Amino acid sequence: MRQAELGIAALLAVVAALIVAASAVTVAIVIGAVGLGAVASSVYFVRRRFRAWGYLERDEDLLVRRGVLVRRLSVVPYGRMQLVEVTSGLMERLFGLATVKLHTAAAHSDARIPGLEPDEAARLRDRLATLGEAKAAGL
Amino acid sequence: MTTPMSSGERTWERLHPLSPLIRGARAASALLVLLAVSQVSSQNGAGSRLDYDAAFIGIALVVWTIQWLVTRWWFDGVTLHVETGLVRREARTIPVARIQSVDLVQPLLGKVFDVAELRIRVAGAGKDERLAYLHIDRATRLRASLLATHHGLDPTTPEPGELPLAAVPASRLAWSIVLSGEMAVLAALLIAFGVTATVSPKAATALGAFGVVYLLGLFTGIWRRFNTQFGFTVATAPDGIRVRRGLLGSVAETIPMRRVQALRTIEPIAWRPFDWCRLEVDLAGIMKRERGAGSPSVTKTLLPVGSTELAASIRSMVVPERGVVRTPPPRRSMLKAPLSYHNLAAGHDDVIAIATTGRLRRVTAWVPLDKVQSVRRVQGPVQRALGVATVHLDVAGRRVDASFKDRDVTEADRLVEDLTVLCRAARSKGASAPGSARA
Repeated sequence: MRQAELGIAALLAVVAALIVAASAVTVAIVIGAVGLGAVASSVYFVRRRFRAWGYLERDEDLLVRRGVLVRRLSVVPYGRMQLVEVTSGLMERLFGLATVKLHTAAAHSDARIPGLEPDEAARLRDRLATLGEAKAAGL
Repeated sequence: MTTPMSSGERTWERLHPLSPLIRGARAASALLVLLAVSQVSSQNGAGSRLDYDAAFIGIALVVWTIQWLVTRWWFDGVTLHVETGLVRREARTIPVARIQSVDLVQPLLGKVFDVAELRIRVAGAGKDERLAYLHIDRATRLRASLLATHHGLDPTTPEPGELPLAAVPASRLAWSIVLSGEMAVLAALLIAFGVTATVSPKAATALGAFGVVYLLGLFTGIWRRFNTQFGFTVATAPDGIRVRRGLLGSVAETIPMRRVQALRTIEPIAWRPFDWCRLEVDLAGIMKRERGAGSPSVTKTLLPVGSTELAASIRSMVVPERGVVRTPPPRRSMLKAPLSYHNLAAGHDDVIAIATTGRLRRVTAWVPLDKVQSVRRVQGPVQRALGVATVHLDVAGRRVDASFKDRDVTEADRLVEDLTVLCRAARSKGASAPGSARA
């Protein structure tokens, strides 16, 4: 889902570039070729980035993994969650996706799960909220 | 001096009647400084604006008087109630269980009139609760009852006695400021200015007019450090760590022990020959308005400058020191962190994690495992090539964490697993211990 999202964005950019450059044909061809190359490579990179995302619900904590170049893994205990946020940006709404974000009292905890199906997002949100309440610990 | 007002069973109290005057006088002095600066920076005087300024102070005084009239507070033994606002009425309640620290702040004028401001820091609140001003005796009594109830005692319990730990002599404080980064910047600027003055005096005058404001800012910063940390004393008491400091105004802070999220010692390179360090403590603090920023922690200084030995003795009062072995990362990490490798070291046991980082400034963080919010493992491209990774232990706040930097991958993986389990154990132990109110 996420791949499609970014791929289409890139394609739109190429089309826009073509329209802008429609006056000069050679320039248009060059820009078009570069754009196509960008699309092809971005599909590859986006796919890699997409594969790097992952989350795992364990008994006591949530694991979130992401990143290709810089690999990050966050372990967030349910008891430390302050709030769970479900957002859906413009692009995400276009494709019917949602992002679940977890907040702890620490600014760097950094647990975000993008590109979820709305049902899965809602399920995750409810589950996290319930678990967070059950295992809540003070500051 | 406070006037009790009864409404029902509640005994509301007002702030000290001199409050608006003192606030006005403080604002006026700030304005005078501002005026002096503007006079200096633009020679063709702004004398006529003085009336406007006076009028402004007059209006502000009226506003503050009204504010004083509509503000009242009441402490019922569990919660502190504060009501304020004329047009937009605001009622705030501060549950004592959530108190992070209580400060008694007395500006110079406050000393003259025997009044003080009480600042109460609460986790998750928008800002500090400020009661400005109360009579000094009333403020002290209120602080005592707030802290007593915070620890589950009767509100009428008198303030417990304290055990002094350390005091910072003025000479040492002065030297520490001389050897600080700000001073280096100041010296560099002055030298640069001197050089320009000898090469071309014209450019120097142009620069001087421009730079005077900046210099003034730098001076104020240095002065503020001296002023706020003069006469620094630390003491422990059953209700928390007490810090007293201040030259012109004075501040008395009380930090309940279990509110401490993390401790940190900072050793700038210029202090190294004297074996000095600064000891700071982090509290879970003020929630920023934007969601998700976490609650940026509030840093309080426990020792502005002192020997590492002294810092260690104060530290051991807050978090138990049990001889955790700190190990350096593998030697190949030197390629990734050539400037900080000599400082890197980290270790943990089942209650605390200690990590040292920093290039010129050596920073050591002590993080109790029951305060850890999340565990993170981060590996950049260089680190992957070297087969190392960094493990962060995040604590409530923006800039605090204990980082096990550039550890061997297998060790990093094991750390993530071990620390997750140990933090959970520490947390559940902390929750079952008596007197650990949730906040």
